[in-house]
Amino acid sequence: MKRAKCIEAIYSELQDKLVVTIMGACAQELYDLGHCENFFYLEHAMGLASSIGLGLALNLPHERVVVMDGDGSVLMNLGTLTTLARYHPPNLTHIIFDNGSLLSTGGFASHTTAGITDLAAIARGAGIKNVALVSTPFDFIEATADAFERNELSVIVAKVEAVGPDHYGMDLKLPENAFRFERYIKEHSKIRTE
Amino acid sequence: MTVSLTNSKAVYQGIKDAGVRFLTALPETWLVYLLQMAEDDPEMTLIEVAKEEEAIGIAVGAYFAGKPNLLLMQNHGFLAAINGVVSLSMLYRVPLCMLIAHRGHWGEPYPWHTQGGIVTEPVLRSLGIPFEYARDPAKVGKQIREAHTFSLSSLSPVALLLSRDLMED
Repeated sequence: MKRAKCIEAIYSELQDKLVVTIMGACAQELYDLGHCENFFYLEHAMGLASSIGLGLALNLPHERVVVMDGDGSVLMNLGTLTTLARYHPPNLTHIIFDNGSLLSTGGFASHTTAGITDLAAIARGAGIKNVALVSTPFDFIEATADAFERNELSVIVAKVEAVGPDHYGMDLKLPENAFRFERYIKEHSKIRTE
Repeated sequence: MTVSLTNSKAVYQGIKDAGVRFLTALPETWLVYLLQMAEDDPEMTLIEVAKEEEAIGIAVGAYFAGKPNLLLMQNHGFLAAINGVVSLSMLYRVPLCMLIAHRGHWGEPYPWHTQGGIVTEPVLRSLGIPFEYARDPAKVGKQIREAHTFSLSSLSPVALLLSRDLMED
């Protein structure tokens, strides 16, 4: 299963949600499908995408928040799973694309390679109740559909191949992304409350 | 020496007067009363993290959501959170208002706090993070309001160092 195909499969579902991605391949693959004002790409600060998602979800209970994370980033901030479990915002879906690799920084094996470390088990052990482990596109689509429907914090660990895009680059400066994302939320939540 | 309840109340009132209703924190001795007040306050949301770098991400999410917020942490927690401060707040120009317990400095009896205490100010200076010391309970409320205002206008991390004079009796 390829991450790019997974993102493409749920792309239309992301249009009405706040999306936070990690750096590198994941951000690029989403951007290449077409940037939307409700997408925020965290191109550094590895590990903090899920924390940003938590801050958004807790303060915007009427919005759906989707975090697209990776095994390397989650391993840098394992504590986040315990914090997510403790505050468990029902409107947050945390997708972890697990390619067992630090793909965007040279392709070195991560601790999840060959099943040494089981991120789904860690998420469950952290206290997150709704955790799915998927490795086929069908199961991924089913798990995300379920997560987007249900009123409960969900973690989806998606086993994907360690492949990424053949190019990197966005016509979007980093602060510009932050400014536009903030503005989108301001205008969008105004619409919601009117 | 004990943590000052009276002055903690002054700090908490300053936080409220600044319009802040969302706190991200990691518990630490000097912050005990502040965190208890936040827990008991139905108007306040308090999120406690496992490590301070997480708090930077949560605060940025809260800012994007339009929620006036600030962070409470010890200086060692700030040191542990630096990459988040640099590669999220500074890189993306997102405001960050940090109230930092300045342990390990003048009068510090505990050896384990001392190195972090000694390097806190030089690290803040080298990062270009504007900071002030809070020493006087009569002034701390105004300092918190001003720190919060300045973080929002400068789109920058800002630190207010809570000193021993303020936090201990």
